[in-house]
Amino acid sequence: MSKGVAVESNTPKVRFRDPQIEMAHGAGGKASRRLLEGLFAPLLFGCSQDPLGDAARVEINGTSIAMTADSFVVKPLRFPGGSIGELAVNGTMNDLAVAGAKGHSMVVTFVLEEGFPSSVLEAEVRAMSNALRRAGVAMVGGDTKVVERGKADGMYITTAGIGRPLPTLRVNARSVRPGDKVLLSGPIGDHGITILLARGDLELEADLRSDTRSVLPLVEALATEAGPGVRWMRDPTRGGVATSLNELARDCGLGIALLEEEIPIHDAVRGACELLGLDPLHIANEGQFLAVVAPEYADLALNALNSAPGGEDACIIGEVRKEPANAVLVSTRYGGSRIVDMLAGDPLPRIC
Amino acid sequence: MRYVDEFRDPELITKASEEIRRLAERERHYRIMEICGGHTHAIYRFGLKDILPDNIELIHGPGCPVCVLPMGRIDDGLAIAQKGDAIFAAFGDMMRVPGTHGSPFEHKARGTDVRIVYSPADALQIARKNPERHVIFFAIGFETTAPSTALTLIRAKREGVHNFSVFCNHVTIVPAIRAILDSPDMRLDAFIGPGHVSTVIGCRPYEWIARAEGKPVVTSGFEPLDLLQSIVMLLRQLRAGEAKVENQYKRVVPWEGNLAALKAMAEVFELRPHFEWRGLGFISQSALRIRKEYAEWDSEQRFDVPETRVADPKAAQCGEVLKGVLKPAQCKLFGKECTPEHPIGALMVSSEGSCAAYYNYEYRKTASLVTEISSVA
Repeated sequence: MSKGVAVESNTPKVRFRDPQIEMAHGAGGKASRRLLEGLFAPLLFGCSQDPLGDAARVEINGTSIAMTADSFVVKPLRFPGGSIGELAVNGTMNDLAVAGAKGHSMVVTFVLEEGFPSSVLEAEVRAMSNALRRAGVAMVGGDTKVVERGKADGMYITTAGIGRPLPTLRVNARSVRPGDKVLLSGPIGDHGITILLARGDLELEADLRSDTRSVLPLVEALATEAGPGVRWMRDPTRGGVATSLNELARDCGLGIALLEEEIPIHDAVRGACELLGLDPLHIANEGQFLAVVAPEYADLALNALNSAPGGEDACIIGEVRKEPANAVLVSTRYGGSRIVDMLAGDPLPRIC
Repeated sequence: MRYVDEFRDPELITKASEEIRRLAERERHYRIMEICGGHTHAIYRFGLKDILPDNIELIHGPGCPVCVLPMGRIDDGLAIAQKGDAIFAAFGDMMRVPGTHGSPFEHKARGTDVRIVYSPADALQIARKNPERHVIFFAIGFETTAPSTALTLIRAKREGVHNFSVFCNHVTIVPAIRAILDSPDMRLDAFIGPGHVSTVIGCRPYEWIARAEGKPVVTSGFEPLDLLQSIVMLLRQLRAGEAKVENQYKRVVPWEGNLAALKAMAEVFELRPHFEWRGLGFISQSALRIRKEYAEWDSEQRFDVPETRVADPKAAQCGEVLKGVLKPAQCKLFGKECTPEHPIGALMVSSEGSCAAYYNYEYRKTASLVTEISSVA
């Protein structure tokens, strides 16, 4: 959660009237948006701010800085392809990257549970250290708290990060126009389904790993080759691609049209979703991002992503339309279509 | 992906859709009911309305077990759990279904120990791991889920797990179909028979619909091509003036059903004299209760049940929508007071309910868009 560049929202003012906090308020979908827009934003951020941006821009003596904060409560702490420590660094840097900024430095808070094995803590600190080195980012401070046994599922991590805006990028939902193309950096749903399976409740197994990684190299490639054409970016974490694109649709007042068969999804993720009745478009990612690009820059942008390491599977999954306003429509090659809304409720609690 | 991709193949779907257009008489309006909530969900999820001709109208039937469960049953299950400080275990679909004092999720936030399970066996496992606590499994579903509840009860008895009981809300599909057909304002031409239920009960229980009511029935799978093929088979029967039961879902549904599953159900369950269905009222011999041989594992026989009765909100027109008399959006509350996040009526509570499926996938679509969309990427 962070505040960002002012965007005039054309959606009606949201009121927060829910009597108590439920898991859904942290799931990134409709309830989260209600809490943020109905309570936090009006009291904390001032009415002209966009509370849903991934990172805020602040000016200090004429220097523009991007700033973000994040917290990590994933369960289990380790999962195929990553762990909470690595996720904490990558997640913070990705929030800055999709706001058009290159991470510079970060601070961290550990909330540790009494009785938590030091060896597990050390492994997570080492995972963070490796991720910091890969990202070329400095950890410059932090804090530690310990709570009674049974209170923090082992450990929680909270971070804050700052970064320098990439000069060629100006991302803003308000600049999105009908005809713009929607790009996706790679296959979706790997992280959410990996966590779900790693919990072991389902007795399902699949050869699947979390996609946690820094997306900055891909964002930089995009900025270099197609910077002036990039209008908007977002990393579709909690709530998945559907929630991110619904937020965009509401923020720009336009419709997003996707073609289902163009959306890359690993077979294991598709299979798990078919079995469990989930929509892959609602499943969380930790190493992908969405970009909306002006049509004349679409080929350049796609080539830039495809030529960068880790961007081989990037593709155009749809485009911006006038209709259906404020909504996301998915159509299929066989001729059917459906509206895909934001995530309502919480199918996969505690994924990051 | 096997068993999925071949049933979403654009070429085969185009062929089936052309066959439907060829078979459907232009001046005739066809009203076909899909009984199963899974089909309702699939029809909206795959946007089949975009593919079917206008004179084929799909009416959404009563086969969504979450939707037809009266609110009083949720209140009762949660009340027993709260009073006995028990663990309340249920499928994820139940978690957002509102009771008078909130959904299971809202009770969880207030301190009730509510757990999502993926099968009744998981609930029994929770009981084994927590011998000092009682675990109530809130069982719902048609004949699809009833056998796994039965097998879990058989196992609990055999193993002597005494801190486990089932609050049984299992219902049976055939009496609901009969109630729909008996309804005076109901005009239907044919039925798409339930897929999952039929894996257990087979196709024979529908034969009276063809014989006595003269309506064709085709048991169908859940992929777009399955549903279109089933409509082709129904139209062929209607065109030939026939009425019989056919099985499109042969890769999964045996004609005689699953005898082992039926045996387990007969061992554990018996018919209730009558049971209330949300939107349809009381239907006799339409639900299952646990036999007295399993009384110790039956929450209703073991604990005091408040037997709460909650009238459906007057403004909600669930009964009319359930019988296909009204379309979801024609209800006065649809999309205003009643949404999937804050459901008032039965059909908005589960993703298989026709109102929720319509709200999630169809509502807000514009006709002009659908025709031009195929060249999007």
